[in-house]
Amino acid sequence: MGRYVARRLLQMIPVFIGTTLLIFLMVYSLPGDPVRALWGDRPVDPVALNQLRHEYWFDRPVLLQYWHYISNVFTGNFGTSFVTGRKVTDVIGESFPVTLRLALVAFAIEIVIGLALGLLSGLNRGKIADKFVLGLTLLLISVPVFVLGYIFQTVFGNQLGWVTPTVQDSNDISQLILPGVVLGSLSFAYVARLSRTSIAENMRADYIRTAVAKGLPRRRVIGVHLLRNSLIPVVTFLGTDLGALMGGAIVTEGIFNVHGIGNELYRSINQSDNATVVGIVTVLVIIYLVTSLVVDLLYAALDPRIRYV
Amino acid sequence: MRGAKSAKWVAIAGVVALAATACGGNSSSGNDGKAKAVDPSGVFSYQSNEPQHPIQPANVMETGGGRITDALFSGLADYNPKSGKLENLVAQSIEQNGPSDYTIKVKKGWTFHNGEPVTAHSFVDAWNWGADTKNAQQNASWFSDIQGYSDVHPDKGSPKTDKMSGLTTPDDYTIKVKLANPAPYWTYKLGYSAFYPLPKAFYSDPKKYGQEPVGNGPYEFVKWNHNKDFLTKTYAKYAGPKPKNGGIDFKFYTTSEAAYQDAVSNNLDVLDQVAPTDMAKYHQDLGKRAVDAPQNAIQTIAVAEYAPAIKNVKDHAKFIEGLSMAIDRATITKTVLAGSRTPATGFVPPAVDGYKANACGEACSYNPAKAKQLVQEADGANASISILYNADGGHKEWVTAVCANITQNTGVKCDGDAKADFKTALDVRTKKKVQSLYRSGWVQDYPLNANFLKDLYGSTAAGNEGGYSNKDFDKLAAKADKAATLEESVKLYQEAEAALYKDMPAIPLWYYKTNAGYSENVTNVSYDTFGKPVFTDVEVYKK
Repeated sequence: MGRYVARRLLQMIPVFIGTTLLIFLMVYSLPGDPVRALWGDRPVDPVALNQLRHEYWFDRPVLLQYWHYISNVFTGNFGTSFVTGRKVTDVIGESFPVTLRLALVAFAIEIVIGLALGLLSGLNRGKIADKFVLGLTLLLISVPVFVLGYIFQTVFGNQLGWVTPTVQDSNDISQLILPGVVLGSLSFAYVARLSRTSIAENMRADYIRTAVAKGLPRRRVIGVHLLRNSLIPVVTFLGTDLGALMGGAIVTEGIFNVHGIGNELYRSINQSDNATVVGIVTVLVIIYLVTSLVVDLLYAALDPRIRYV
Repeated sequence: MRGAKSAKWVAIAGVVALAATACGGNSSSGNDGKAKAVDPSGVFSYQSNEPQHPIQPANVMETGGGRITDALFSGLADYNPKSGKLENLVAQSIEQNGPSDYTIKVKKGWTFHNGEPVTAHSFVDAWNWGADTKNAQQNASWFSDIQGYSDVHPDKGSPKTDKMSGLTTPDDYTIKVKLANPAPYWTYKLGYSAFYPLPKAFYSDPKKYGQEPVGNGPYEFVKWNHNKDFLTKTYAKYAGPKPKNGGIDFKFYTTSEAAYQDAVSNNLDVLDQVAPTDMAKYHQDLGKRAVDAPQNAIQTIAVAEYAPAIKNVKDHAKFIEGLSMAIDRATITKTVLAGSRTPATGFVPPAVDGYKANACGEACSYNPAKAKQLVQEADGANASISILYNADGGHKEWVTAVCANITQNTGVKCDGDAKADFKTALDVRTKKKVQSLYRSGWVQDYPLNANFLKDLYGSTAAGNEGGYSNKDFDKLAAKADKAATLEESVKLYQEAEAALYKDMPAIPLWYYKTNAGYSENVTNVSYDTFGKPVFTDVEVYKK
């Protein structure tokens, strides 16, 4: 087990270098001169332009730029944005906790409501409750996130007045509930459907019949034997989804004015702000890697047949 | 910012049209009928976005940082919010002694927010610092008229000195300025943020200062919560006209749609600009609190003179004029742009000094028959053109409409040439690879006609990316630059403008408007010709 974890952690190093290089090259190859764009429609001052280009290494070959960047990263310096002049670590340090909170709210909603609905419909396969859940999740899957966002904003914010239409303080978790519901809606529909299928299937499995035949109480049959085995596909999905929730919150963050990582990423890609993009993506990559490791380890806990050596 | 880089849009494919938008009539804290009392120390919130740079006047160019800088600083002179005329603020007097000599007297009693008195040195040192190559300030070229600029800002290499020889201070409250070349309208530049003064504390640590700026304006810095808001309060010892409110909370919004939602629900007090998607309904939503004010900015379709598609046309002037007459500006501004623009009748917007009504004349009015005739005479009916624009600025709709007009009325094939973002479109323009036409926006730097003419259409102007050259215009502009007085210069520039319509370097489309509004918590909100609210006039109701 320990050796397995160590090996997985070591594997992260080449993945880390590969992704940062790829992202760096992609942002570099975006068309247009990012430094020139600082002046907008106004005529540019060539002296200041060249000075900025030199200061931020834009006038060197791209691989040299990357080397300059990555060697700084290893000394703990994630660079400075040429647009805002702020340290990338500061920017991430501010916006990351916001997105993390938002993602966790969405994640919690996803697990609690998604699993409850999945259990409800899986245990009542073919009955009215099952049909209702299937209909509801179909609706959620087919409605794009931004449509749902605007509907919720108008209904709960403007008409009912339960909440303010946008988030006034991005650090207040109670205000993040509405955006969290919107963000998590698609995934919770998936969770409900995944768990429903797998529960419905396992209901007919031999070990459930055995457990029932042994005379175990229904709560124990469902809670321990059925759920534990049915959760494997759900956990796989949830693991990758946590990363997706963080990187993919751009639209939701925009609608509700949440100042998280999504918006920062959108701005920095738009302005070819290489240091910020790579910094944020690196954090997201690390989250993906760690969650997938956690998921793999959870398999062993859920399914006694799986062992890591 | 002052270049018309349109507000960025989040690319959202559609918008839910929910019929009922609860607003206006909902519970307004129960003060119906009675006049609400005004709280002179009330703070209001204002739609803004995170400044792209640290707050340094000589480096601020975009809207977010620009508006904040304008609230924190007061310059020697400022523009009248309504007429755009230059009025003295920190200056006691600005006198012109010769064609290129000025004496500026600075008022006594002004102080920075840290208590340091504002003197002639506060200005001169700041200008020298801003012009210095070593500091790489984006607005450095604003100082280029001053004698000795090329010594502190050489085209190549390091500066010879750090002081411009044209700036002297005979005493603590007098500035003598000598320009390298006569520029009768130089004083108009003094209202621009690059000319704001700086306290001594700035020079010891510009980086720290950029995060905690100290100005001399009506509002002083309180706190900058990055990505959230920028808080200011009224400066108690402000020597200018006293603000009618207690401060401004610059609230950062990632999208203008979100800001609009907050304004409608009274969570945001003053809007900067209504989102294009809300343009059709904001009058209905905000009622009397909706604002519709003229702004000194223009949208044009500029001509890339070097492009083969243009060069191959026999009579280039007639061709462009024909295209211009084929465009139904009145209908497009009313329908496609939902009334957010006013049809242009020339290259200079109305609230600019030197505006001449209907300067463009027939060439900018809709006349399909004449348009077709002109294009045929120019031997351009078989030509095919495209309009380059950036897809992230909300231009697609009107470009399509304009192209449809042109094709329908003249038979010229016309397509939109979309580039992913502004940066990419700009790159094509500076590299001179435009196919035939490109969209070009311009927001005033100062409300004077020279700014809309010389900086865009002079043969050697940096803003002239289309390669346009008109000898008559250049001659008249040069004459206007040497004029003895401002009035004369403005008049000569009007003549120069008239010369442009002979061969049309661009097709004027429409002038921008400030489409904004405010919440039920504030009153007396008006906007100047830059589209900026008159901050000091805003009154906040008692809670």
